[in-house]
Amino acid sequence: MSIEAPEGTHTDLDSAERVHRRDGSAVLRVSEAEAFELAGDPDNPDDDERMILNMGPSHPSTHGVLRLMLEMEGETVLRTKPVIGYLHTGMEKTGENLSYLQGPTNVTRMDYAAPLFSELAFSLATEKLLGIEVPPRATWIRMLMCELNRVASHLLFQATNGMDLGAVSMMIYGWREREEVLRFFEKVTGLRMNHNYIRPGGVAADLPDGWQDDVRRLLDLIPPRLDEYDTLLTGQPIFRERLQGVGVMTPAEALALSATGPILRSTGYAWDLRRDEPYLAYDQVDFDVLVGTYGDSFDRFAIRLNETRESLRIVEQILDQMPSGDYRTQDKKVTPPPRARIDDSMEALIHHFKIFTEGFHVPEGEVYVAVESPRGELGCYLVSDGGPNPYRMHIRGPSFVNLQTLPHLMEGGLIADAVAVISSVDPIMGEVDR
Amino acid sequence: MILAVDPLLVDGIDLAVVLIVLLKAGVAFAMLLVSAMLVIWFERKLISDMQNRIGPAMAGPWGILQTLADGIKLFFKEDLLPARADRVVFRLAPYLSLVPAFVAFAIVPVGGDFTGGGDGTVSMFGRSTFLQVADPPVGVLFFLALSSIAVYGVMLAGWSSGSKYPLLGSVRASAQMISYEAALGLAIATVFLTSGSLSTHEIVVGQSATTWNVLATGIVPFWIFLIAGTAELNRPPFDLVEAEQELVGGFHTEYSSMRFALFFLSEFMNMITMSAIAVTLFLGGPAGPIVTQRLAWVWPLFWFFLKVMAFLFTFVWLRATLPRLRYDQLMDLGWKVLIPTALGWFLLIATLDIARDLGWPTVPVVVIGVLVLWGGAALLSSAVRKARAERLEDAEADRDERAGTPAGHGEA
Repeated sequence: MSIEAPEGTHTDLDSAERVHRRDGSAVLRVSEAEAFELAGDPDNPDDDERMILNMGPSHPSTHGVLRLMLEMEGETVLRTKPVIGYLHTGMEKTGENLSYLQGPTNVTRMDYAAPLFSELAFSLATEKLLGIEVPPRATWIRMLMCELNRVASHLLFQATNGMDLGAVSMMIYGWREREEVLRFFEKVTGLRMNHNYIRPGGVAADLPDGWQDDVRRLLDLIPPRLDEYDTLLTGQPIFRERLQGVGVMTPAEALALSATGPILRSTGYAWDLRRDEPYLAYDQVDFDVLVGTYGDSFDRFAIRLNETRESLRIVEQILDQMPSGDYRTQDKKVTPPPRARIDDSMEALIHHFKIFTEGFHVPEGEVYVAVESPRGELGCYLVSDGGPNPYRMHIRGPSFVNLQTLPHLMEGGLIADAVAVISSVDPIMGEVDR
Repeated sequence: MILAVDPLLVDGIDLAVVLIVLLKAGVAFAMLLVSAMLVIWFERKLISDMQNRIGPAMAGPWGILQTLADGIKLFFKEDLLPARADRVVFRLAPYLSLVPAFVAFAIVPVGGDFTGGGDGTVSMFGRSTFLQVADPPVGVLFFLALSSIAVYGVMLAGWSSGSKYPLLGSVRASAQMISYEAALGLAIATVFLTSGSLSTHEIVVGQSATTWNVLATGIVPFWIFLIAGTAELNRPPFDLVEAEQELVGGFHTEYSSMRFALFFLSEFMNMITMSAIAVTLFLGGPAGPIVTQRLAWVWPLFWFFLKVMAFLFTFVWLRATLPRLRYDQLMDLGWKVLIPTALGWFLLIATLDIARDLGWPTVPVVVIGVLVLWGGAALLSSAVRKARAERLEDAEADRDERAGTPAGHGEA
């Protein structure tokens, strides 16, 4: 039986072209029909044993809808081509039609495992354009929530990484701990994910009463569980065998591919925006930037595990240093009047109405602000034409950029290594496709 | 000498004998089917406990009917046949997987009093017989043969699907099951040496007369059997054949409806059979103290059940704890560790046997034997190291050759 190639595709590749495409350093840029042509031609006795394996977009370990075309020889991956766009919803374009106050609702859906970071980057960029300062309490609340979000995101990584390697119990354990953090988020923001909590001008609401107890509970709960992960995974010989020496990368390669976050740090290059280009109040807390030695998947696993501990250390310091005061700026242009005033004052009502319908106007200009998300440098580039909506909004998604490292990391590994590598790059497809 | 003949068949065959044999086969079949369903429930419930979740809870008390519900659901699903499948083989494969799982259980003695020199004979409708469906003189070889046939089920299923993931799964399956069969066979061979018989019944009788084979063969073959058996069953951490995260469903990716259910069932039946064989070969089969004289026949069944459950628990426990091995690591473990160890241990046991027969002093024999084995191990590991170094050199040379283009640029 044969499958008919769709019309308009090359089916008449002569043999020299085929040899070139397969053996030379030609870019693997073929349609599925062509791939089929190249891979399986039972009538051609000279055909070697390579095949193109299509992994995804629906595959248990492609983290959503990533699609990989693997050129394989037996189980060995020769070349990889990631194909993206299956989750593309045009969020950056949507951002141009939303006011600055509505912006966080949009960007929060990009990296759905670490939504607060997108909100933070967008809000910081907007504030930079506006030229306003947020009150210290808002800054510290943002920092608290972001570090807890980093914990949640890294826990999610531990869960999926374990699952991808076949340690299915780890999946449940990771999610169990992450759920505890999300429960706190729900208490503070009203939602487990997609919070829309960090907004231009501050945060949506003050921390609820007794938040210290909730945070302390998390600080007591999570570290022992992380030690359990150490017992279950870090010291486990099969686990180490599966990750050590898999997907190795040098600092030069990582820099050439613009990789950031744990992938860059795993190569031994200490780069963390929180320390190197401090934003919020990170210069007032004490934490270590963790680096790896070999740049392999195990280093990336270990860095994330220990960064969780570092984040909890930061949270502990925030708990002691949290200032009192306003949780959002009192700049009338950005912040709507309190609910009680609306009943008394016609001006307040109009003001409220304007902010939530038209939105506030932002001075002309362009700005780029980057924060250190759990996956690397998350940047927000905003261009304003003076109106209430951004003229252009672009998010530099670390998942998107880090995804470039996949073909390099996977080369020469087995298919099981490919799965481990995808997992250790930890892409979030919502952020890749935007 | 006639080896191990069921007393039922000694006096010739009449209608009653045929009926008893049919009854035993029928009961074994039904019990295996029911217990496979219960084992599925047991595994799901147990792993749920280990993972902090509830597991099946809705179908029947404690969700005990969940498997039945799943079976009914699968039965009414559409039976898809991929367009590029080899139709005949595709349909045949599930049965090739299921039948050996059933048949292999026939040689397992599940009950009978083996205490105090008893030979496990029970009385059934006035005839004396063994509590096992069949006791062929080559029982254990029969088991090995059937487990080899089971490879075909998995391999052909993957090959005939006409799809890439199942194909990779079936390639893994054939390599894995054939390599681990060697280790499995060598581990069992030490049992032959100590028991002097291939009949499962004789092996159990021999163990109750002296000591359980797990000690008589010196633990090591038992461990090898356990590891190789897990690999043979394609259970985690050796479940590369169906590795969900890599190969989607492995060899059964393209299967649906009842054909999938058959694979599922056969996997769990294989698990029960493997546990039962392990109990028979190493842990004295149904042997155990008869605590009460009333209902004395229940006790051997109880002990057998308990031992099998211990194995089933272990399998589930492994699944909940361990990550999956990679293909090359699996092969390394099989060929470089398990097979040499099993072979070395086999030779050691054989040497000791001969030494005992010839009246040689034990201590020097053991010392020399261990030294020889140690030397062999050193030779083997140095060979492995050298091969590895050469391979790495080759890879290095390859990389240097391609070093013209910076990594990650332009390619792929």
